[in-house]
Amino acid sequence: MAKMTKEEVIEVAHLARLAITDEEAEHFADQLEAITNAMELLNELDTENVEPTTHVLQMVNVLREDKSVPGLDRDLVMKNVKEHEGGQVKVPTILE
Amino acid sequence: MSFVEKTAAQLQEMIHTKETTIAEMTEKAFERIEALEPKVDAFLALNKERATQLAKEMDQVPFAERGPLFGLPIGVKDNIVTEGLETTASSRILEGFNPIYNATVVDKLREAGMVTVGKLNMDEFAMGSSNENSYYKKTKNPWNLETVPGGSSGGSAAAVAAGEVPFSLGSDTGGSIRQPAAFCGVVGMKPTYGRVSRFGLIAYASSLDQIGPITRTVNDNALLLNAISGYDEKDSTSANVEVPDFTSALTGDITGLRIGVPKEYFAEGVGEAAKEAVLDALKVLEERGAICEEISLPHSKYALSTYYILASSEASSNLSRFDGIRYGYRTEKAGSLLEFYMNTRSEGFGDEVKRRIMLGTYALSSGYYDAYYKKAQKVRTLIKKDFDDAFEKYDVIVGPTTPTPAFKIGEIMDDPLTMYANDILTIPVNLAGVPAISIPCGFENGLPLGLQIIGKHFDEETVYRVADVYEKATDFHKKTPQTWEGAAQ
Repeated sequence: MAKMTKEEVIEVAHLARLAITDEEAEHFADQLEAITNAMELLNELDTENVEPTTHVLQMVNVLREDKSVPGLDRDLVMKNVKEHEGGQVKVPTILE
Repeated sequence: MSFVEKTAAQLQEMIHTKETTIAEMTEKAFERIEALEPKVDAFLALNKERATQLAKEMDQVPFAERGPLFGLPIGVKDNIVTEGLETTASSRILEGFNPIYNATVVDKLREAGMVTVGKLNMDEFAMGSSNENSYYKKTKNPWNLETVPGGSSGGSAAAVAAGEVPFSLGSDTGGSIRQPAAFCGVVGMKPTYGRVSRFGLIAYASSLDQIGPITRTVNDNALLLNAISGYDEKDSTSANVEVPDFTSALTGDITGLRIGVPKEYFAEGVGEAAKEAVLDALKVLEERGAICEEISLPHSKYALSTYYILASSEASSNLSRFDGIRYGYRTEKAGSLLEFYMNTRSEGFGDEVKRRIMLGTYALSSGYYDAYYKKAQKVRTLIKKDFDDAFEKYDVIVGPTTPTPAFKIGEIMDDPLTMYANDILTIPVNLAGVPAISIPCGFENGLPLGLQIIGKHFDEETVYRVADVYEKATDFHKKTPQTWEGAAQ
């Protein structure tokens, strides 16, 4: 059985870009351990020769015609952007 | 005006005989919503100004140009984007988000002449079975205000059950239309994966999500599915198949129809009342000429684990777009870019969303990918095959929608595994991608129970035909909740 430790939860939270307190990590560790343990049920099944299903409908290479179509209006696109300038999205400083 | 006892046809009759107008009907809908909302809490945003204006314009359209849903009010689940009308998916991270375009289904409602009156509460990002995971409010079950309406489309089911609107749209990833429909005593259809465009549906688990209609009656449900179905080039997973007139499938004839009854859907954990109600329903269908036989869907017990691995994995990827930069909530406490992302997402997402993002991140991380994600994809193949095999011999599969009726608010909120178990009978359907409906089939302690009818890929017609025969033979759908006697009629 997989034991989900507090440290593992902190690592996973970091990968998922979620800030997490020690207290929360402990709480989530208990819950996630119970959930992953329940999922071990799948190990009962021999799936050696089973193909994985990624999608229920058999569709391949769904392409549209290679023709340009007008995009959204730029001012409209900025409507929900908290900070923008000169038609561009302003992002936090990434280099000091 | 209550929409509780009115079908689309009856509402059209009232308009055609000049007993009412679209403008008046819209006004009355808002009156009833405003009177009941303090108790039910189904709506997040109301579209009053635009709906009122639109209704007046629609009264000018000649009768000859109107379809069966023209001028009728509808509520839309809040994970379906509506241009100019706040859309949050019940998450803090999308507070104040004002979409700049409509989901394809919303455009289709407009083409059918329907009036969108507002947005309906849900579990945050459609993750949950009780509506308790909404950042904004807890919707109540109209049958008993101390119980949950189900989820995640709880607002959509409660609004229809309360007669606030005659129609709503929900979305169903693991049972999110059918489970609340069962809990609220209404009709909810999850169509075949690919039948309805997902363009403009805020993604939770893209390989499972599907939009569908919630109504009072089977016929109205078929009418609404007619309006929203069809291929959409903006959704590369929408299916380019012909859309039949689903109402023409309601022939009333199920003579010789073969019904498979999976023994796994009557196993441990499924309540006696739910079992009995379904067995009674099967007798009704047999009396009308159907042939019922016990079958086995042997991999059913693996569906829940398979679902939570796959859905959480897809969610962890889909929800990575919420970074606080281009739209939505953004933190005020950040020194570095990393802190900016982490604080924004921690403050913006609720606990259940965080749990699933972490579970998915874990299942997809190197070292665990094969053991969890790939394993679950393989088991999904086995679950799908169970259905393929059964449908070689049977036309539909019938069982309960949920193991029990609605539970009390707060009862299992902090126990994720017990909460997840609500969906054991609905999840296999999403994994297989087949259509299924929930219709009212009885009560336990005054709370509704649902009958689930599952069909073959793209055979919603047979599902509707069986549901319609059952509905006409019983009167469960005519029962209405009485929790607000004296409220606006």
